[in-house]
Amino acid sequence: MTEPAEGPILEVTDVRKSYGERVVLSDVDLVVNPHDVVCLIGSSGSGKSTLLRCLNLLEDVDDGVIRFEGREISDPRVDRRAVRSRMGMVFQAYNLFPHLTVLENCTLAPRRVHGLSRAAAEERARQLLDQFGLADQAGKHPDRLSGGQQQRAALVRALCTSPTLLLLDEITAALDPELVGEVLTIVRDLAEQGTTMVLATHEMSFARDVATSGCFLHEGRILEHGPPEQLLTDPREARTRQFLRRVLPPA
Amino acid sequence: MTTTPRAERGAAWEPSAREVERRAERRRLRLRRLAVATAAVIVVFVGVGLLVVTSPGWPTVREAFFSGYHAKRALPDIARAFWLNVKMFLVAEPLILVLALAIAIARSARSALLVPLRLVAVAYTDVVRGIPTILLVLLFGFGMPSLQLQGVPNSPFFWATAALVVSYSAYVAEVFRAGIESVHPSQVASAAALGLSRGQTMRFVVVPQAVRRVVPPLLNDFISLQKDTALASTLGVFEAVFVAQDYGNFNFNFTPYVVVACFFVALTIPMARFTDWLGGRYSERERAGAR
Repeated sequence: MTEPAEGPILEVTDVRKSYGERVVLSDVDLVVNPHDVVCLIGSSGSGKSTLLRCLNLLEDVDDGVIRFEGREISDPRVDRRAVRSRMGMVFQAYNLFPHLTVLENCTLAPRRVHGLSRAAAEERARQLLDQFGLADQAGKHPDRLSGGQQQRAALVRALCTSPTLLLLDEITAALDPELVGEVLTIVRDLAEQGTTMVLATHEMSFARDVATSGCFLHEGRILEHGPPEQLLTDPREARTRQFLRRVLPPA
Repeated sequence: MTTTPRAERGAAWEPSAREVERRAERRRLRLRRLAVATAAVIVVFVGVGLLVVTSPGWPTVREAFFSGYHAKRALPDIARAFWLNVKMFLVAEPLILVLALAIAIARSARSALLVPLRLVAVAYTDVVRGIPTILLVLLFGFGMPSLQLQGVPNSPFFWATAALVVSYSAYVAEVFRAGIESVHPSQVASAAALGLSRGQTMRFVVVPQAVRRVVPPLLNDFISLQKDTALASTLGVFEAVFVAQDYGNFNFNFTPYVVVACFFVALTIPMARFTDWLGGRYSERERAGAR
């Protein structure tokens, strides 16, 4: 939240992505304003993860335009590292570096990419780790931590660089049910603090509580979008209803 | 916040004007990279070439090492002798692989009954790796025939090959062991959970993964082995380096050495490309879309 951006933080227009013959995203439009929490829902293979990876430039789009903080980042001339240094991403499988301690995981990018001094980077990392209840895990290696702790550490790692946009890719999908809560509480806190987020999730009740808007993806298209209460309780499309019947416990 | 999904455009998708523009931009960037790379290559290689050719001793060096006349004269003999090097490592390589893998597995065996085997494996790698290969070749080549064993050939070729197998299997065993130990314990746990025995776990789960990981260092050792076949010359085996040496001593010209070097390089480059291809295929198949 370094730059008081006017207008949307992220603007996606007509994005298309295919792997060879297989089209995984088509005609995707999305606008994310500051302090928005956008939930992407949909079954596996509907394109949620691919969309997030396209936003972070881990994948090149085949068509369409992605604008981040007012600049087109789908331009081939754009400096990808500069873009990524202002976005945070958390993966389903944590992707912590196993050879570094939690603290070192969290200070790697601030020190090497953002040029912070070791002391400054560690101070910020410790402060965040403390806030997320990981203060006493800082010196341990990731494999020593529980899944929930690892995912919280991964969140801290993403937050240490103060990104303007946080991308979360099904961050609770690999966790035990009782560990899901501890991670989601943090995401909820972040949302309340005004962090702008785009997250793919299977946690419908969480999406309803936290999201400012929801998008239902089906076969690479955003079939339906809107405020989460409406999307999750009174969807317009038959596909969405069908999907929700499968994932929501019968009322 | 978003526009409604557009009507189906059907299968016939046309790139937008922006995408066409972007593709042109990507092409331009690619061409620029290509141009820079070409220029860099030319500057570096032409520069080095000029440096060598303009050095004061170059005419002498060219006559002594790069004489076309001597290269042509020595070529047939070297080619014939080089076949002996090729035979030597073609025999040695499979033996080394088998022996080394056996040693590596013996070292990671946990059964109480196999403790003597483990000790032998540890001692073998420690001792053999400590001895310079050339000494092993000499010891085997001159020592073994003196034992006058029954039913064992006494040819220097045989004992040179045996020495190489012994020496390299110790190195390669360590490469295999590193690979085996790099397989995450969770793999062993999940194999055990399926009811596989330790031996089965090794055979079907750990070793296949380990072997894939160690292909590049294995190639490294094999290239080294190919070159060390030249050590057989110390036993008087008429292999390529020995022939080149013979020719050089007789004609006061070193060109045959360069010819032999070319033979060795010609042999290793296809092998390096092959293992690169193999490794690329594995990682493509097993790590597709690593997320």
